[in-house]
Amino acid sequence: MSRYVSFRDFDWLLLGFVLMICGLGVMEIRSATMHTKFAGSHIRQVYWIFGGVGAMFVISAVNYQALLDRIHWFYIAAVASLMAVLVFGQKYLGARRWIKMPGGNHFQPSEWVKLILILAVAKYFADLRHRELSWPDFLKAGAIVGIPMLMVLAQPDLGTALTYVPVAVMGVFLGGMQWKQALVVVLLAAMAVGAVFFTPRVHVLKSYQKQRLTSFLEPEADPQGSGYQVEQSKIAVGSGGLWGGKGSQTHGAFLPVPQTDFIFAAFAEEHGFVGALGVLLLYFVVLMRLTQNAQTAPDRAGTFVVMGVVAVLSFHILVNVGMVVGFMPVTGIPLPLMSYGGSSVLFMFLALGMVMNVRMRRFVN
Amino acid sequence: MFGRDDKVSGIRLTAAQYIILAIFLVLAYGLWRLQVMESGYYASAAEKNRIRNVPILAPRGKILDREGRIIVDNYPSFSALLLRDSSRDLNADADLIAQGLHLDANEVRTRVRHFASTPQYQPIFLKEDITPDELAFIDAHRNELPELDTIMAHRRLYPRNGFMAHLIGYVGEVTEDMLNQPQFEFYSPGDVVGVSGVERQYNTALMGTNGARRAVVNSHGREVGLLGETAAIPGKQLKLTLDIDLQIAAEEALEGKNGAIVAMDPRTGEILAMVSRPTFDPNDFSVRVSRDEWNKLVTDPDKPLLNKAIQAQLAPGSTFKIIMSVAGWQEGIAQTLHVNCTGSAEFYGRRFGCWVKGGHGAVSLEKAIYQSCDVFFYTLAEKLGIDRIAKYATALGLGQKTGIDLPNEVSGVMPSEEWKIRNFKQKWFAGETISVGIGQGAVAITPVQLMRAVAAISMGGRLVVPHVVDPEGLPKGYVEASHVTETKNVPIDPNGWNFITDAMARVLLPEGTAPSAHVPGIDIAGKTGSAQIVSLATRAKFKNSEALAQNGWFVGFTPRRNPDIIVCVLFEGGEHGKLAARLATQVLKAYVDKQRRTPNKMAGEPKSGGRVDVGALWTTPDGDGDKLQGGRFLVELPKKPAAVATAAPGIASTEYLVQSTGKVQ
Repeated sequence: MSRYVSFRDFDWLLLGFVLMICGLGVMEIRSATMHTKFAGSHIRQVYWIFGGVGAMFVISAVNYQALLDRIHWFYIAAVASLMAVLVFGQKYLGARRWIKMPGGNHFQPSEWVKLILILAVAKYFADLRHRELSWPDFLKAGAIVGIPMLMVLAQPDLGTALTYVPVAVMGVFLGGMQWKQALVVVLLAAMAVGAVFFTPRVHVLKSYQKQRLTSFLEPEADPQGSGYQVEQSKIAVGSGGLWGGKGSQTHGAFLPVPQTDFIFAAFAEEHGFVGALGVLLLYFVVLMRLTQNAQTAPDRAGTFVVMGVVAVLSFHILVNVGMVVGFMPVTGIPLPLMSYGGSSVLFMFLALGMVMNVRMRRFVN
Repeated sequence: MFGRDDKVSGIRLTAAQYIILAIFLVLAYGLWRLQVMESGYYASAAEKNRIRNVPILAPRGKILDREGRIIVDNYPSFSALLLRDSSRDLNADADLIAQGLHLDANEVRTRVRHFASTPQYQPIFLKEDITPDELAFIDAHRNELPELDTIMAHRRLYPRNGFMAHLIGYVGEVTEDMLNQPQFEFYSPGDVVGVSGVERQYNTALMGTNGARRAVVNSHGREVGLLGETAAIPGKQLKLTLDIDLQIAAEEALEGKNGAIVAMDPRTGEILAMVSRPTFDPNDFSVRVSRDEWNKLVTDPDKPLLNKAIQAQLAPGSTFKIIMSVAGWQEGIAQTLHVNCTGSAEFYGRRFGCWVKGGHGAVSLEKAIYQSCDVFFYTLAEKLGIDRIAKYATALGLGQKTGIDLPNEVSGVMPSEEWKIRNFKQKWFAGETISVGIGQGAVAITPVQLMRAVAAISMGGRLVVPHVVDPEGLPKGYVEASHVTETKNVPIDPNGWNFITDAMARVLLPEGTAPSAHVPGIDIAGKTGSAQIVSLATRAKFKNSEALAQNGWFVGFTPRRNPDIIVCVLFEGGEHGKLAARLATQVLKAYVDKQRRTPNKMAGEPKSGGRVDVGALWTTPDGDGDKLQGGRFLVELPKKPAAVATAAPGIASTEYLVQSTGKVQ
């Protein structure tokens, strides 16, 4: 079989939309950090985006099927790096999430572990030929995601650990999950959540995590406590109105970390409902375009890879924007492509690189 | 190599798309709800976050003496604040902060913890009234410790060493109790209000109105912009009727002693000096008084916080004999009464002693006054009876509040038959009247009351209301001051008060009870008094203990006709009135000396109508021949349209009507 791969088949339209979102993000980072000690962050973000685009082109050139064939090595490396974080990681604000790299950069392995999980799950389900999942398949898929997830939870980083969940969910959903399996999983999950919340002796969640989750239920009751952030975010979004306002919540520093986790609130405050809805629409277009790429993928594995990316991206948007508008608790999950941060930007472009990789090989067969 | 079966279910991919669409619809609804449906609420919430009304504290009004000299001023005082900037670790900085502000680092940490639950934009007060070097420390560490800030407030600067402390009083933060009272309803917690003295009485005039600055702040409470401000209206200046020079003389006279001195202009009721000893330093209270210090002041048996001029209720002793004399004269008894004093006399089966053991011999009213003969006044009291004594004493304001414009004045007691029945459900025993005749027994008066009564006698029955604030300078309609210009007239026979004051003028002469207090060249009329705290018999039992020593009293004025100053001295434990008299004459001399130095205030064209006070010298055509005499006149000016004005009854004049004259050598 002849393999003809060309950048002519690269999804330039998708890249265009993605870069548009990134551009809005850079603009908002600039505005939000203008008079703070983070001023100039937007320039660094631009560098990360350029780096990300470059990495995207590189990874799209490597055949994803070759990557999938070696995925078990990557998986072992991922688990090892998480282990390294737990042992050698830099402690910051009570959590070990970063490894200090030579040159002063901090590296957060939990981000690229996500990428490997997408590939591992894709590989696992692509190799399963049956239409209906058996319970052992189900448990194996759960273990693939569960092991690194528990290690990230131990850092502790609940937010990132949660982002691994949609990879598994999307995998089992597309892999042919049966209704009764779904029911059992939902029931078990509900019981687990109940146990975590209502049993004081279970220390799965740290107290600040619990507090974040409970305060989300009633932010007005305790405006200076951990509900403060949610309340300030809602005020920022709400005061933006239809067309946007002066952004006093953002510039008066009432909004916490407006350049990272709460960038969407900052954007919504300054550009109003119209602007915020526009951004949501851009994300929606990107997601629909990705799903289309999944449908045209050359094989099962390709579809699973692209849909894994869709799952992670959708989950990030749901949790982040949901938090900003007060539907979701504060979990520290950034908004992909817009939030400031090298790890997040790099992950997104590497994930998009995988999508491009799959797309460029859609006519290969 | 893969067949169609290997493709992922298309239905499930489509389902995934719909799930994503559903998620986006939910998020869009979330945005719609906040930004369109409830945007008004959140917009105002953002405003509330952003805009802070910062009060601009109005400085309290200064307090001046009658000549406009500053007695109480304000000084800028800085307090150290801790802003809770989230970027700083306050616990780590606590050591440096504590070192710079001379605090305990653990105390700083405790404070931060203690205030953890209060809103973050509210700064924590670390230390009030910081010293200049602490202020310099904060300024020098603006970059290292950005969370430290200062706020300026005006604080009261009182005279030192308790000078005039009781009269001026002091200020403090308004208490919760006060806020519940109706007169404080417009005050808010944290306001500084007068707690005692003039500061309390004239608080609303002194206080001023705080302004406000509408400032734009960030989440750390730092001001980042200004929207507008309303300036503070400073408190009104208060001009007292007091004279600092005279006050100094009075303070010096009472230095190291216990008691009170109060001086007044008997014509107007203007208080010229007021001292109470022991005293306290109100500067200790202007920031925050320590518990130990407060306990010391409250439990001190000499009661330093008490303004004895208006709050000490004591037996007036022999000074009461002046009131007795007036009562006796008005009833037509005293002028004809002649008593042979043998050192004691028996009334109602009990022996009452005179202070001169050997007796005064033949005594008439004049000698009874300047020699202070007890037997004479026992007899007079017996003849008058308690109710006739009480009638005149009450008319002269004894046993009642004088209405002085100071808080917490006490009324004292002027007994009568009715008073005894009302308070003790017992009949008045005629024997009790005898002690009252010499100002002992149930009579209890305050120094200011006694002074007011004697002032009325010296002014021919004109009873003034003592006051410490010049009502002219007060804001219009100021309630507390409206009554101070009211006067009452107690009808007293002019011959009576002339006779009595002439007798009082001999008290300081060699034949009187206080010759040692005599000041050459000043015509002082007065009366000494020594009041027992316990009976002489009881006192002997305690071996003449210091604590039971008699109180010395003196009340005197100058000149004897139309006086312009009257002084009352209470010298606690002073044993004899002549010692009190020496203190009083110091004050009177200081006053007269100052008057003689100051140019006559008569310059300027007199107004139409009203009275004018003029001094004159002349030689008398009768009797003593070439003797130079001097005196003062109260001259009734003719009202412009009317040709002849009316004057005091019984005295006629062709052009000006002379009300009274006085003599000096």
